[in-house]
Amino acid sequence: MRFGVLFSGGKDSTLALLKTAEKEEVVCLISIVSKNRESYMFHTPNIGITGLQAKALGLPLIRELTEGAKEEELRDLKHAIKRAHEEFKIGGIVTGAVESVYQAERIQKTCHELGLWCYNPLWKKDQRELLEEIMSNSFKVIISGIFAYPLDESWLGKELNKELVTRLLKLQKEYGISPSGEGGEIETTVLDAPLFKKRIEILNSAVESEGNSGVFQISKARLTEK
Amino acid sequence: MILIVDMNYRKDSLGTYEFVLPIASAIKDLEEYTIKHYSELGQTDIDNCARIILSGNALRNSQVLTRVEDFAWINACEKPVLGICAGMQTIGLIFGSSLARSLEIGMVQITTVKENPLFSSSFRAYELHCCSIEPSKKLDVLAKSEKCAQALKHKEKEIYGVLFHPEVRNREILQRFVLLPS
Repeated sequence: MRFGVLFSGGKDSTLALLKTAEKEEVVCLISIVSKNRESYMFHTPNIGITGLQAKALGLPLIRELTEGAKEEELRDLKHAIKRAHEEFKIGGIVTGAVESVYQAERIQKTCHELGLWCYNPLWKKDQRELLEEIMSNSFKVIISGIFAYPLDESWLGKELNKELVTRLLKLQKEYGISPSGEGGEIETTVLDAPLFKKRIEILNSAVESEGNSGVFQISKARLTEK
Repeated sequence: MILIVDMNYRKDSLGTYEFVLPIASAIKDLEEYTIKHYSELGQTDIDNCARIILSGNALRNSQVLTRVEDFAWINACEKPVLGICAGMQTIGLIFGSSLARSLEIGMVQITTVKENPLFSSSFRAYELHCCSIEPSKKLDVLAKSEKCAQALKHKEKEIYGVLFHPEVRNREILQRFVLLPS
């Protein structure tokens, strides 16, 4: 079956893409660019870099801008999926949802209305296993957003590696934060992964943070040979 | 040994990740399990397990409901069986029930209507189905939502079905099933 992958450029949607490509045909990526920093559905730092990631993957990208108001963003999501259906003849959508019933329910309903299949290959996956799978597949992932105590700006831009995962698991025990960011504690950006034909090199970036909230904003990047 | 039957449209599909592995994850600390796709299920698999869980599958996947003959073994099965979503629909059809259109996606309020060892009172559960079961006289209704029957049990056997997905929310229901006395 031909699938479109809802793609934020973070570790979860990239791993979902990899799992889908192992079993089905991925024909396009779909990114929703939300202006609303509080959106539960779509907001993610560096969403603008999905264009470069799509080039690295050699896949077409459908990008839809949304104001991010609660139900309007679903209409924009539906429009984007409809475009993917018409332009790339997709039979279904894949998401990187792991725990969020809120997100899964809304995307399932949208796909049902459009007569499309919907799969969530990371659904309910153990967070430690998820992080280990990302590392064992040699993803290059950086922390691009922190939104919970006791995380601070020292985490921003750091590459996800064994040591960082150990620290996140320790924080899970001590403070109850989700080590893979399922509660929105951290956001990530993927710079390289198995399906990438080229990797992303960051040329310019800036840290914007206040207390336990901040983003690592990539302002300039390019593709380089792996 | 728990036998988890993969009810997705083919062996080792994307649906295995979403509908089968979360069941395994919920019970793995209690008992060993094995996973088998329904199309490859043999009598030996059934003989070698203590109880059986039939998984759910994707909303658009109605394939198993057109191949109910593949599940004729449930009729003669004396072991505890739990069917989830498509699994419950299959159990319903095997025991003479009929399908009805009923769409529920997301969190829904469930009310227990008959005492049972798996759950009690009212609770919220995750739903992903477009068909429900109109149960035959061989099945008792254990729970309902506003729209339809949410849980069934065979009147004489330890054969259960839940339309909601306990592997998403209410994992203790799966654990209670695994710990049911044989």
